Amino acid sequence: MKLFPAAIDWRAPRTLVAVFVLITLLLLPLLMTGDSGSFYVKFITRVMIYALAAIGLNFILGFGGMVSLGHAMYVMLGAYAVAIPAQHGIVSGWAHLGIALVATAVLAAVIGAVALRTTGIAFIMITLAFAQMLFFGAVSLKDYGGDDGLTLAARSDFALFDLSSNGSLYYVTLFCVVLALYLSWRAVLSPFGLVLRGSKSNTRRAAALGHPVFRYQLVAYVASALACAVAGVLLANLTQFASPAYGAWTLSGELIVIVILGGLGTVFGPLIGAILLLSLEEILPMLVELTLPDYKSNWMLLLGAFIFIIALVLKRGVFGSLSASSATHRKGDKQ
Amino acid sequence: MSALVTQNLVKRFGGVTATDNVTLSVEPGELHAIIGPNGAGKSTLIGQLAGEIAPDSGSVALFGETVTALQVHQRAKRGLARTYQITQLAKDFTALDNVLLAVNARATHNFRFWRNAHDDSIAVDRALAALNTVGLSAQKNTPVATLAHGEQRQLEIAMALATEPKLLLLDEPLAGMSQGEATAMIALLKSLKGRYPMLLVEHDMDAVFSLADRVSVLVYGRIIATDLPANIRSNPEVRAAYLGDEVAA
Repeated sequence: MKLFPAAIDWRAPRTLVAVFVLITLLLLPLLMTGDSGSFYVKFITRVMIYALAAIGLNFILGFGGMVSLGHAMYVMLGAYAVAIPAQHGIVSGWAHLGIALVATAVLAAVIGAVALRTTGIAFIMITLAFAQMLFFGAVSLKDYGGDDGLTLAARSDFALFDLSSNGSLYYVTLFCVVLALYLSWRAVLSPFGLVLRGSKSNTRRAAALGHPVFRYQLVAYVASALACAVAGVLLANLTQFASPAYGAWTLSGELIVIVILGGLGTVFGPLIGAILLLSLEEILPMLVELTLPDYKSNWMLLLGAFIFIIALVLKRGVFGSLSASSATHRKGDKQ
Repeated sequence: MSALVTQNLVKRFGGVTATDNVTLSVEPGELHAIIGPNGAGKSTLIGQLAGEIAPDSGSVALFGETVTALQVHQRAKRGLARTYQITQLAKDFTALDNVLLAVNARATHNFRFWRNAHDDSIAVDRALAALNTVGLSAQKNTPVATLAHGEQRQLEIAMALATEPKLLLLDEPLAGMSQGEATAMIALLKSLKGRYPMLLVEHDMDAVFSLADRVSVLVYGRIIATDLPANIRSNPEVRAAYLGDEVAA
């Protein structure tokens, strides 16, 4: 069996960037030591967790044309699947992961089955509505910290490997990101992906050909939610904290921005988008503080301007604008 | 057994009766053409046959099975394939991928997540064969958005054929075509005639009268005549309602 689902053009700009980013992520913790190193390792872990959630969202947004403005709810669900059992003395990471996956699969299947009756703006609104319901549901959990959230005494216990060090959590997260990239790459090119992309491109035609479009969309929606749930499990472990804020609609919006910034409908784009957006969110406030200390709180203006320029100049996102082929005249949409 | 039968199909939009008690059939191997002036309700009728529009009353049967309550994809699975008056293609796909999407619709399911869809050589060969039938082999890797209008119309037919249909609904396949493209399309339809029962909705009278076994005339949602092409030409009611000058000239 072939390792990759498609032939790889190793000299294509997209491939070069993807390989460079992955190798850098692999080596980075080795270069970062000491206190500031630990800060950066945790920061990049967070970047990768966002990327994981965005890879999940991209699967339905970029390849299925479903604009979900509620995917943060699955991140929150994943985080609470760690924090709530931990509160009751269940510290097994496998239990946390299992609860997160099962709860998310069930919830996403129900929400998806309702939301997918609609398309376009109605779909955006209905996913947002469900996310808000879950958000306020979490706020009302007084036994579990309500608004303030829950603190974890320790990270999940995965027996085989120890997450207590930031380095191991980093590599576990990197593994999850690479796995998600690989699986979504395969799925996008598979017969399933063909139908999913076909129904994004022309739903009416896909149905007229005999494809039960709704079923494909629902399966894709659940799969995409599961990636977000794993991101939530990792996020709770990184911060040793879970709160309703993880399910805020602003985070759902941020995930959409990451996907679009990186390149809608490219497998690797969400990772680039997450690196860019979260790095800017770190760098810009520092930059503004150094140059114009009085305007420190207005750094978001710069971020907005940056996203504006990217949207204007690179219509296909940063990664999406790179050529997928080493021959200069053709552009594909894969990789 | 008839490939397609409709019984007393009725569809109203507000005060307008777009389909008025339409009863028609398509027999095995037959090419049944529907003509009618603009606004006669041809597309509404096709929509009800394909399942995109629910009729207010009446029934649709495919090969003896009542399908009135079935959804679009369920009717397609029973062998009904259609083309659209306004081209409906996966615009960001290549021509080949469009047809491959159609070929895969024949599979029991496509919940296969691992192997590249292009590695399924049986499916790809079928897709290539369908492209070859309509004369688009050379454009297989061309993105649909850059295909010429006539080529997109051909691709419409290729997609319908690739689903290995038992009945074809062709909604104005010649719409917007140049003279040369139309000639090629008519030749293609002639070559398909007899292999599939077909319901052809078309404006081009020359095409209809050279292709059809039977012709139905739709006026204001009502079928005013169904007959052999020669009889339709000479039917006074039809001439008054529709053909008018065109035939007289």
